[in-house]
Amino acid sequence: MGDHHHGPAKGITRWLFTTNHKDIGTMYLWFSFAMFILGGTFAMIIRAELFQPGMQLVEPGFFNQMTTLHGLVMVFGAIMPSFVGLANWLIPMMIGAPDMALPRMNNWSFWILPPGFLMLASTLFMEGGAPAFGWTFYAPLSTTYAAPSVTFFIFAIHVLGASSIMGSINIIATVMNMRAPGMTYMKMPLFVWTWLITAFLLVAVMPVLAGAVTMMLMDIHFGTSFFSAAGGGDPVLFQHIFWFFGHPEVYIIILPAFGVVSQIIPAFSRKPLFGYASMVYATASIAFLSFIVWAHHMYTVGMPVAGELFFMYATMLIAVPTGVKVFNWITTMWRGALSFETPMLFCIGFLVLFTIGGFTGLMLSIAPVDFQYHDTYFVVAHFHYVMVAGAVFSMTAAVYYWLPKWSGRMYNETMGKVHFWISFIGFNITFFPQHFVGLAGMPRRIPDYALQFADFNMMSSIGAFIYGASQILFLYNVLATIIAGKKVTDEKVWDGAEGLEWTVPTPAPYHTFEVPPKLDPAHAHG
Amino acid sequence: MSVVKRISNALAAVAVLPAVALGDNQVNMSPGVTSIGAEIYDLHMLIMIICVVIGIGVFGVMFYSIIYHRKSRGVVPSQFHESTKVEVAWTVVPFLILIGMAVPATSTLLEVYDNDDAELDILITGYQWKWKYEYLDENGENVSFFSNLATPQEEIYNTDQKGEHYLLEVDEPLVIPVNTKVRFLVTANDVIHSWWVPEIAVKRDAIPGFINETWTKVPEEGIYRGQCTELCGAYHGFMPVVVHAVSREEFDAWMGSKRADKAAQVAASAVDLSLDELMTRGESVYNSQCLACHGAQGEGGVGKAIAGSAIALGDVGAHLDVGIKGVAGTAMQAYGSQLSDVDMAAVITYQRNAFGNNTGDVIQPSDVVNHKQG
Ligand code: HEC
Ligand code: HEM
Ligand SMILES: [Cu+2]
Ligand SMILES: [Cu+2]
Repeated sequence: MGDHHHGPAKGITRWLFTTNHKDIGTMYLWFSFAMFILGGTFAMIIRAELFQPGMQLVEPGFFNQMTTLHGLVMVFGAIMPSFVGLANWLIPMMIGAPDMALPRMNNWSFWILPPGFLMLASTLFMEGGAPAFGWTFYAPLSTTYAAPSVTFFIFAIHVLGASSIMGSINIIATVMNMRAPGMTYMKMPLFVWTWLITAFLLVAVMPVLAGAVTMMLMDIHFGTSFFSAAGGGDPVLFQHIFWFFGHPEVYIIILPAFGVVSQIIPAFSRKPLFGYASMVYATASIAFLSFIVWAHHMYTVGMPVAGELFFMYATMLIAVPTGVKVFNWITTMWRGALSFETPMLFCIGFLVLFTIGGFTGLMLSIAPVDFQYHDTYFVVAHFHYVMVAGAVFSMTAAVYYWLPKWSGRMYNETMGKVHFWISFIGFNITFFPQHFVGLAGMPRRIPDYALQFADFNMMSSIGAFIYGASQILFLYNVLATIIAGKKVTDEKVWDGAEGLEWTVPTPAPYHTFEVPPKLDPAHAHG
Repeated sequence: MSVVKRISNALAAVAVLPAVALGDNQVNMSPGVTSIGAEIYDLHMLIMIICVVIGIGVFGVMFYSIIYHRKSRGVVPSQFHESTKVEVAWTVVPFLILIGMAVPATSTLLEVYDNDDAELDILITGYQWKWKYEYLDENGENVSFFSNLATPQEEIYNTDQKGEHYLLEVDEPLVIPVNTKVRFLVTANDVIHSWWVPEIAVKRDAIPGFINETWTKVPEEGIYRGQCTELCGAYHGFMPVVVHAVSREEFDAWMGSKRADKAAQVAASAVDLSLDELMTRGESVYNSQCLACHGAQGEGGVGKAIAGSAIALGDVGAHLDVGIKGVAGTAMQAYGSQLSDVDMAAVITYQRNAFGNNTGDVIQPSDVVNHKQG
């Protein structure tokens, strides 16, 4: 923070009024971590209730509030903002820009988030309780049959949506306009590419989500019947609209994670990413396909068989570009010179577990078989393999990888490795048995279950407590690093790291690339 | 099994991993008893095995790299980073594998959708939180009844030993004849539910205002259990499905007795009962039908409190009105068509005399009949 002309403001105003991409990135990251802990607490309550058959700790209605808030907080509060935080920190530094293109909007898109989540969390204390209709909020359970707090939920969704849309417009504007001279599109780091495509997905589907919740609002308060057959509407219409948002949403979550992994694996393989161009094309095809597969979440609603077939074939196709990505990462490692620092461990964890999640995705895509899988714990296992071991693991890898650059201090490597192994083992103890109970017939979103599911549920709960506890270690390691970690001053913290962010001083000064860098033509897409 | 024992089992399972835990736990999909179920199971196994084989290949290469291409072995990293040939290969080969999966998947799907030529039609309606089964009859002599969770609250709240079919048992199961193509027409009365029985591989969403069709043909007599699989509110976990598949003769006999019951019920509405009889019957109706929302002590919950309620202490007609017609736009359903007149009389009498509501009012089945007629 050497430059005294442009240093940060003092005190709280630094954070309230900041337009600096690094400050905003930091706030996003801390906010999302706080939400991760909150959503994690809800998950612990769920797993504690499911520890044994019978109702022990909470009532069924409250249990549903927990599953609902857990999903909403994790998806909209933890995962999405964390990647926006990463984008804020890294995109300008990776493309050689001084800041984001729209810094004031950047401040706004962060600062409306905390009030939005405060509103969502406050529903817990309202008459009738918090939303209890699942993170997918199917009508009419979420309209005619919902607690009054649903109106606050709708408003909260609007706020989060607005924040995401502003964040994405900013990213698009930055990537399109602020690249350093010579940084052509096909030289951009893959993280920038995946975020650019993600931002387009967000701009396309968040308004659809806003439309869905607005229609709910109208049905609840203004006498319309969009989702009620009695008035000429259709409850299934809600699902079509929701999943037209919802399926691209799952790729909004995973594409930036793909980007992170594509930065880190080459660094610790000391070898360029294999198939850069095919990675870009695969990302774009996944994004395109994600718009035409939504009804694979609705195989059992009674679609005509032609629709069923169309969505089945389209969904199966997604496996092709997804496979290309996995093959490329592994080929990147092939004949490299690998080392296994914490970020690399989390990336390898990602690779193994995400691939398993992709396989179960392929199984789920087969419509007739999905009749047996749908709405069971098998689906729960699938999406936790892709979202936790996919998105959250890659995010964790990213924090370990770039933290030294951000803070100028090195984290404790041993503690990082311990964190990885506890997470990896805890995660698998939690979620692997969920495949079994799902296949054996346990529905999801139930607070109590038949006796034959007891053993695996207890195992799952034990795993969840282990995974949950390991996050405390993570928090401790990060705090200890920032406060008292060993100082690092090398620009290139990791010997294999490539890219413009590793050409600025460590720790990264408050302002970087006020003068655009000269690109070294030998180092295409670092 | 005691808690301690289960904890130690689970810990053992965690430690030694699958082997121990798998012992007596189901870990895979069941092929069930129907031909569709078997086909679905085969497809599931086929795709899983393909995935496992690909997985072994991919992870094999990765672990080879992890072991042999490590920096600590002093290897010099190669710098290759492109190959169009390889990229094309691993795009085309998976595509061909997918086609191989799509072919059998399509044919199974078409079979699931073949609802023609059913010999028996049953209308299944999901309610918060029970199922109604109605056997459609050409002459309009439909037989219908509700199927409620039979597991007692004491088992759910751990004051009683849990039975073998905990949460998967109902007061009246769906009865179907074996070797008969049965068509299910599935719908719902309030929110979306989903009717699922894994052993016969039928899952179909029950959507209010729309009717979905699906079918089964069960070759073996037996009891098949399942659950609602679409989140439908607080007690979603407590609305099981139980299907009894019986021989044709048994089915006809059962159907005959159901028809006789219906006639007997009409006759019973004409007979007056004593306060005691009504209270005993009312208590059991209350516990199975109303307790979930109104509480074991009438203290309320999803529904309003019955203890001290102005309706339960006030005008009998208004109380009957709520019971028979429900309260529109709330979770309080119209029970007029769900309960027999005797049960309705009993539960209203019970609500007016239990939980400290000592009104002393006695409502007879004939009062219910008169009230319905206006
Ligand atoms: C699914 C939940 C649910 C079930 C099951 C249920 N009720 Fe209700 N009940 C309600 C709700 C909600 C209300 C409040 C309606 C309102 O807002 O006026 C209510 C209100 C009532 C009232 C009026 C109470 C008052 O003081 O206003 C009576 C009487 C009643 N129910 C009787 C019954 C009977 C008899 C049964 C069983 C046959 C039953 N209920 C089952 C949800 C339920
Ligand atoms: C190979 C790629 C994938 C395929 C083919 C696939 C397929 C599917 C299918 C068919 C379902 C519906 C299952 C059902 O409800 O019966 C599903 C559910 C789900 N998938 Fe995937 N998936 C893939 C990757 C992903 C990724 C990358 C994510 C997110 C990071 C994801 C997140 C989810 C979620 C959240 C659900 C459940 C939503 C809910 O009902 O709550 N999937 N997937
Ligand atoms: Cu999807
Ligand atoms: Cu349900």
